[in-house]
Amino acid sequence: MHNFDFVKPATIADAVKALSAEGAQALSGGQTLTPTMKQRLAAPSLLVSLTGIAEMKGVCMGDDGLSVGAATTHATVAKEAAAHYPALAALAGGIGDPAVRNRGTIGGSIANNDPAACYPAGVLGSGATVVTNRRRIAADDYFQGMFSTALEEGEIVTGVTFPVPEKAAYVKFNQPASRFALTGVFVAKFKDGVRVAVTGASNNGVFRWAEAEKALSSNFAASAVEGLTVSADDMIGDLHGTPAYRANLVKVLTKRAVAAAQ
Amino acid sequence: MTKVTMTVNGKAVSAEVEGRTLLSAFLREGLGLTGTHVGCDTSQCGACVVHVDGKAVKSCTMFAADADGAQVKTIEGMNNPDGSLSVVQQAFQDHHGLQCGFCTPGMVMSSAALLAENPKPTEAEIRHYLEGNICRCTGYHNIVKAVLAASGQDAAALAAE
Repeated sequence: MHNFDFVKPATIADAVKALSAEGAQALSGGQTLTPTMKQRLAAPSLLVSLTGIAEMKGVCMGDDGLSVGAATTHATVAKEAAAHYPALAALAGGIGDPAVRNRGTIGGSIANNDPAACYPAGVLGSGATVVTNRRRIAADDYFQGMFSTALEEGEIVTGVTFPVPEKAAYVKFNQPASRFALTGVFVAKFKDGVRVAVTGASNNGVFRWAEAEKALSSNFAASAVEGLTVSADDMIGDLHGTPAYRANLVKVLTKRAVAAAQ
Repeated sequence: MTKVTMTVNGKAVSAEVEGRTLLSAFLREGLGLTGTHVGCDTSQCGACVVHVDGKAVKSCTMFAADADGAQVKTIEGMNNPDGSLSVVQQAFQDHHGLQCGFCTPGMVMSSAALLAENPKPTEAEIRHYLEGNICRCTGYHNIVKAVLAASGQDAAALAAE
């Protein structure tokens, strides 16, 4: 990979300052960015590590829900969110493998917004709020298509706040080599309705399945989505699955997630 | 160049590294600790797993500069203070949990991390935990046996496959 300078600031303010340099790029756990740089698909001249910032780490339950610092690893969320939001903890505990979970972070995952990543489904499915160094962004406004987010130049995710639903579950169909979601569905039942977020399936990245939300809001049972169909238009097609296969998985996994929700 | 200081297998080390120097390269080429293997270099295979502050990580997917100040343990630091093999290493030898041995350093490091978190894992838990460590020789059976034995459980109960 091309060489670069490396800095590891201890505060958000210092990180933002460092990121204002030409060619600077934020680095969180590096489980995606490092391989990307090895392939020379990215060649920043300065990497600003965010993993030394104490104020961006940790899981804490507050009045507006469960707050997770952006530099919190998947392993930590899997452990520390379990008592507060089991479905989110289970999602984090199913990402990659143990060594990847010890490095990869929630902030890195949603800043990258890989169309097959797990966290975007959990964040969108929960109707969470993405907190940055500048503002708070509703999940519905944050995810803007494959590898695309509402983040502006010099803006970094500092945390995510999740309202905790009455019941929720995430079910993914593993792509066995990468352990990314071939398709994954996050279902969350709140007092005022149900949210269903799908990852891994669409060319437009994570999305909400509105028809299923409506059906499940009036009857939270797997059978409620039985009569629905998912269009294969705009679904991802690759050697692992056709668009029609993924469209079918959306429905199958939604049913499984509803059945598993607790 | 960035100056890094870390503790590797109990010894303080300090060096100037390029930003792009991976932890795996620093250990192998900088410190001569070639027990940490680089298989795929894409964080799939797990041959490069080491412990950073007690947690298993893929050293091919972490920059040396990001390990500044960390406690790093490699396969060379796994033996007992008297030089004898650790329980996990001895179990891999006793149960022949290897054939060519290329994946073994990563397998031992991941297995030790598993046992630190979960001292009596089931066969299913062992297989699940080792999913990021790929062995192309053994079919994993003897590796699982070795981890069961290292945890003080009856490896003989694991049916032959």
